[in-house]
Amino acid sequence: MAHIQLHDIRKSYGAAEVIKGVDLEIRAGEFMVFVGPSGCGKSTLLRLISGLTSISSGELLFDGARMNSKVPSDRGIAMVFQSYALYPHMTVYENMAFGMKLAKAGKAAIRERVERAAEMLQIGHLLERLPRQLSGGQRQRVAIGRAICRDPRVFLFDEPLSNLDAALRVATRLEIAKLHHDMEKATMVYVTHDQVEAMTLADRICVLRDGKVEQVGTPADLYEKPNSTFVAGFIGSPKMNLLNGAIAAGHGCRTLGIRSEHIDITGEGAVWSGEVVHAEDLGSDTYLYVDIGAEEPVVVRREGRRAIALGETVGLRPRPENLHRFDAGGLPLH
Amino acid sequence: MTALDLTKKAGFALAVATIVTVSVFPFYYAVITSFETGTALFEVNYLPQGFDFGNYLAVLGQQAFPRNVLNSVFIATATVGAALLLAVTAAYALSRVRFRGRGLLLMTILAVSMFPQIAVLSGLFEMVRFLGIFNTPWAMILSYTIFTLPFTVWVLTTFMRDLPVEIEEAAIVDGASPWVVITQVFLPLLWPAMVTTGLLAFIGAWNEFLFALTFTASETTRTVPVAIALLSGASQFETPWGTIMAASVIVTVPLIVLVLIFQRKIVAGLTAGGVKG
Ligand SMILES: Nc1ncnc2c1ncn2[C@@H]1O[C@H](COP(=O)(O)OP(=O)(O)OP(=O)(O)O)[C@@H](O)[C@H]1O
Ligand SMILES: [Mg+2]
Repeated sequence: MAHIQLHDIRKSYGAAEVIKGVDLEIRAGEFMVFVGPSGCGKSTLLRLISGLTSISSGELLFDGARMNSKVPSDRGIAMVFQSYALYPHMTVYENMAFGMKLAKAGKAAIRERVERAAEMLQIGHLLERLPRQLSGGQRQRVAIGRAICRDPRVFLFDEPLSNLDAALRVATRLEIAKLHHDMEKATMVYVTHDQVEAMTLADRICVLRDGKVEQVGTPADLYEKPNSTFVAGFIGSPKMNLLNGAIAAGHGCRTLGIRSEHIDITGEGAVWSGEVVHAEDLGSDTYLYVDIGAEEPVVVRREGRRAIALGETVGLRPRPENLHRFDAGGLPLH
Repeated sequence: MTALDLTKKAGFALAVATIVTVSVFPFYYAVITSFETGTALFEVNYLPQGFDFGNYLAVLGQQAFPRNVLNSVFIATATVGAALLLAVTAAYALSRVRFRGRGLLLMTILAVSMFPQIAVLSGLFEMVRFLGIFNTPWAMILSYTIFTLPFTVWVLTTFMRDLPVEIEEAAIVDGASPWVVITQVFLPLLWPAMVTTGLLAFIGAWNEFLFALTFTASETTRTVPVAIALLSGASQFETPWGTIMAASVIVTVPLIVLVLIFQRKIVAGLTAGGVKG
């Protein structure tokens, strides 16, 4: 269990500054998820915490102790990579035991810990196999098992599920959630692109943008009270409708945000109306794209699959309590 | 099966037969000849005419020949060892450590391997004399290592560059030092490449003639190719084809055995390393 503090952390590659002063606190035992657009520095920040990349300036503390110059193996971390990064020539057992062996642990202790981790992940029957004899999902479980065997204070995950297919991704996501539940001692930091992973796994989410922290908060916080148009547009799927121009001016702001599930289709009392230009039927819900004269069509969620013909004109009424108003700088107005 | 299929198969079989014949025939002829003595040597025949071990006994009976074989074994083995040790560590640096002029260095290494042997012979000779290793095995080991290193380094660097960085990083997180990373993580993955380059270095050193001829002065320090070339017959004008062929067979067989042993492992190793970990 480690309490992680980042104080004005910066990282430059040559002249290019990639991490531009990050202040962040990750509480002991917390599941923290980093999200952000591609290239914003999620992986870099994770690698700075791991020690695989050196920090240019700033201070990194684990439980108050300075970590900047410690090598990765002395930080008490374990890392799970997107590409699994198993040792191809070692069996599953040897893969999981490698770290303990290098740390000169006793044979019996190694066996006990590997077997416990294997049982936890239900890979006990695979211990004698080589990585190439495993499926993708099994490989990632072994990689997680290898991390568990290090008995780390901090687990670091860099997009661990993005090489898996959709069904397996859901299963492994549950596995990781369970792992976090079982190992309440360990702090976890998790990088992902995936909205659902972020919302379901995180205790708190940290949204990064161009090397800086944009907002930190619980998934509900970020969803309901985004601190900027950037976060509003980034968190949630489909993304929040952001309307500019005359429509926003009518509500006394520069940008008006409203989520698709907060717009009712109605005959009377309609605030906006427009033509349905596109519809996506997902079975449980239907998303209608309605052209109300803004730059982009407004997305409206409708439960069920009652079809509305393309080209039909509908009236829309946004729920006033769910409107988000932002000023010219993208900051919320209250 | 249609007529077309049949023609295709026949054509393929013919092509294979031709290739095998062309590549194996010279060696086959050498083997046959090595079992012949006297005037039979000069008759052209394509089937063995009986087995006469006279040539083999003659070769092995020569004082220096067994010694020459030992020289060759020692020199080729030491060359392979030195070249691989230097090449693996150099390849690690060239593929993993970022430093100024890395690209230039790699190009220089490649350029060195393009020099013809004869161009550097006199320079090398001076160096050998300066180091005081003329007429010792070390002269050959030094020069062969110099000549195989560029190729070995180049191949291993390309190979190592293709190994996923994450595997190395996983090992670092697990607490591995660079030496542990090289020996316990990279070597097992690299060894198909090492076997291949090592084998080529061995064959190169085993067959080399020019340096071996230049850097040795006495019968006991010669390597096998030189010894064979300098085998003399009963008179100055007679070339002892029988003994030459017997000697050639004796020194070729170990190479063939070596290749056959490692060939299976090369294939096994390649498939093991080629799969994404
Ligand atoms: N070794 C490096 N040298 C130079 N620039 C780098 C290096 N590593 C990363 N960068 C740059 O740093 C920025 C952030 O990279 P990073 O990998 O952290 O992004 P990311 O948020 O993880 O993106 P993705 O979601 O695509 O994985 C990028 O612009 C990248 O080009
Ligand atoms: Mg990344």
